[in-house]
Amino acid sequence: MSGRESKRGVVKRSFLAAFPKTIPIMMGFLFLGMSYGIYMKVSGFSFVYPLCMSMVIFGGSLEFVAVTMLLGSFAPMQTFLMALMIQARHLFYGIALLEKYKGTGWKKPYLIFGMCDESFSINCATEVPEGTDKGWSYFFVTVLNQSYWVIGATAGGILGSFITFNTEGLDFVMTAMFVVIFIEQWLKEKKHYTALIGVAASAGCLLLFGADSFLIPTMVCILCFLTVFRKPVEKAGGLS
Amino acid sequence: MTLTQEIITIALCALATMCTRFLPFLIFRSDKPTPKYIRYLGKALPAAIFGMLVVYCLKNVNVLSGSHGFPEGLAILLVVMLHLWKRNMLLSIGGGTVCYMLLVQLVF
Repeated sequence: MSGRESKRGVVKRSFLAAFPKTIPIMMGFLFLGMSYGIYMKVSGFSFVYPLCMSMVIFGGSLEFVAVTMLLGSFAPMQTFLMALMIQARHLFYGIALLEKYKGTGWKKPYLIFGMCDESFSINCATEVPEGTDKGWSYFFVTVLNQSYWVIGATAGGILGSFITFNTEGLDFVMTAMFVVIFIEQWLKEKKHYTALIGVAASAGCLLLFGADSFLIPTMVCILCFLTVFRKPVEKAGGLS
Repeated sequence: MTLTQEIITIALCALATMCTRFLPFLIFRSDKPTPKYIRYLGKALPAAIFGMLVVYCLKNVNVLSGSHGFPEGLAILLVVMLHLWKRNMLLSIGGGTVCYMLLVQLVF
């Protein structure tokens, strides 16, 4: 009995610790999700589409691109390859979370399924406080984030263009969040080799390849740099 | 597109996404020790990825035309200052976003 009660306490504490971390994402996802739902609506799709797509795909940028795919002619091979390229960055997330997601039991498949940029960032960058459970904390972050997105997308699809206050610029909430997490990561390190490699490779590839196709070259560059400079990076320490 | 073709298109998008999310976990099973090089990458990658994500968010900012990236630059500066000052995530993110919205709606 007491064992069961303390387990419920741990689950509750995990939820209470996870929820505040997801508040910025709630703002961002409700807004972006709604924009996506509205975009689908004005492109001629019922709200069932954003509802289903936000549940099974759960990847913002691909879902926007998928609207264009659905409006074009049927091209399965091209769709699949394009989707792989847009989503390739998740390979990095998986490698970074291999150790953290170990031992999370039945929640693990869902944690991986719901590993979007934002859930990855929170689960990767923040510590799980004492008295909470790692698996449940990651689970609540992931499930809350996905609910915000699904609710936003569906609401956008149903309500369409009833929103009256000027929301221009609200999508900056995501940029601000990544900047904050970047600073947190920066403050944690003694030397900033990896952070600098990430920024320099992305900025360089963005200039070379343009906004639509710089992610894959960036990832290749980051891998090369991290491999070549493995010794100094490891020696610098501070890799938590 | 017919309904079936639409369903296949959506399913393929979902399948491709799941491939990229599950692949590392399928290759490096948790019952076997993860190779040292991959463990190193797992630790070294996050900082690089967050740098990449910041640049990714700003990829459509054009410094040569329009508002020349001023609203973005100023708002990010505010986020950094707020965060170094109070180290409160919600305050930094909220303050930066409100600042950006005011800038793009009223100033630029």
